[in-house]
Amino acid sequence: MQTMSSTDSITVDEGYDADNPAPVIEPPRARTGKTPKATRTNFELYGWLFMRLSGILLVVLVLGHLLIQLVLDGGVSKVSFAFVAGRWASPFWMAWDLIMLWLAMLHGANGLRTIINDYAQRDNTRFWLKMLLYTATVFTVLLGTLVIFTFDPNIT
Amino acid sequence: MPAGTLYRGREGMWSWVAHRVTGVLVFFFLFVHVLDTALVRVSPQAYDDTIAVYKTPLVAFMEYGLVAAVLFHALNGLRVVAVDFWNKGARYQKHMLYTVMGVWVVLMAGAAYPVLSHAFRELFGS
Ligand code: HEM
Ligand code: HEM
Repeated sequence: MQTMSSTDSITVDEGYDADNPAPVIEPPRARTGKTPKATRTNFELYGWLFMRLSGILLVVLVLGHLLIQLVLDGGVSKVSFAFVAGRWASPFWMAWDLIMLWLAMLHGANGLRTIINDYAQRDNTRFWLKMLLYTATVFTVLLGTLVIFTFDPNIT
Repeated sequence: MPAGTLYRGREGMWSWVAHRVTGVLVFFFLFVHVLDTALVRVSPQAYDDTIAVYKTPLVAFMEYGLVAAVLFHALNGLRVVAVDFWNKGARYQKHMLYTVMGVWVVLMAGAAYPVLSHAFRELFGS
């Protein structure tokens, strides 16, 4: 009785050989020239990672900020120009606020980008909502940075 | 409309909804907050006049709401990180959500007096 190995049967059934090779099937996730531009980088992976790393840092920065501003030393009642002048006399608190500003704005903007992608269905709507988001984000980050670096306690 | 096709998830879905809503709320607050802080570049009076709004009773309650949103988002965010990076995270996601809610209740109770007492003092006399 004759037995056939599975490789034999494929060769026999499909008729592939050195002159007639089987077609090459690309691995499903391989990037080729036809891959859309948007998926040629790992941008979404880095975004995902950034949300988690910045989130961990923001726990300390934002909860610390809220503790200082709303709980310690009389809560909001003590907040005033003089109070801010006292805090921004120290490079430590300037750096704290600067890092908090950048991380919270980028974390929040990236979160909102996801939400816009989820709910805005028309290409045009999605595009313009994201342009609005990016414009507002760049403006706010630059303004906040400028305010920290140009703060003048003797302004009149 | 076919009946019964609306997905009503359980703890996992509702915590995701709450995480999304609180994230958006805090982000919108941050825009306003950077603008009000920028008034320190205009004049001390302009800044102090605006910050006076933060000290009114109504806004004190909104601040308590902000604390509620930030606290939930922060604690649940740590839970999301644990689900993604801890090898038992997915198995304990429900336990972690109840832990988050427990810690949230305790911290909110602790924040009530410092954040709201001045509002009550103003509303009902010293
Ligand atoms: C109602 C609660 C809050 C009060 C009363 C408050 C108060 C203040 C004050 C007085 C400053 C001036 C600088 C300083 O003293 O550090 C400041 C700056 C800042 N706060 Fe808050 N804050 C509150 C909530 C928040 C939250 C929830 C966030 C984050 C999401 C935040 C982010 C910032 C940032 C990024 C700056 C720097 C702004 C700049 O660069 O111009 N604050 N805040
Ligand atoms: C306090 C510490 C914080 C932690 C631990 C944290 C953590 C996280 C994590 C892990 C995610 C990703 C969720 C996912 O991929 O499903 C996320 C999403 C998000 N976060 Fe935060 N975050 C924090 C603070 C903030 C702040 C200050 C803002 C606002 C400026 C913010 C706004 C958002 C938004 C809008 C999203 C998108 C929500 C969604 O896609 O459903 N977060 N956060």
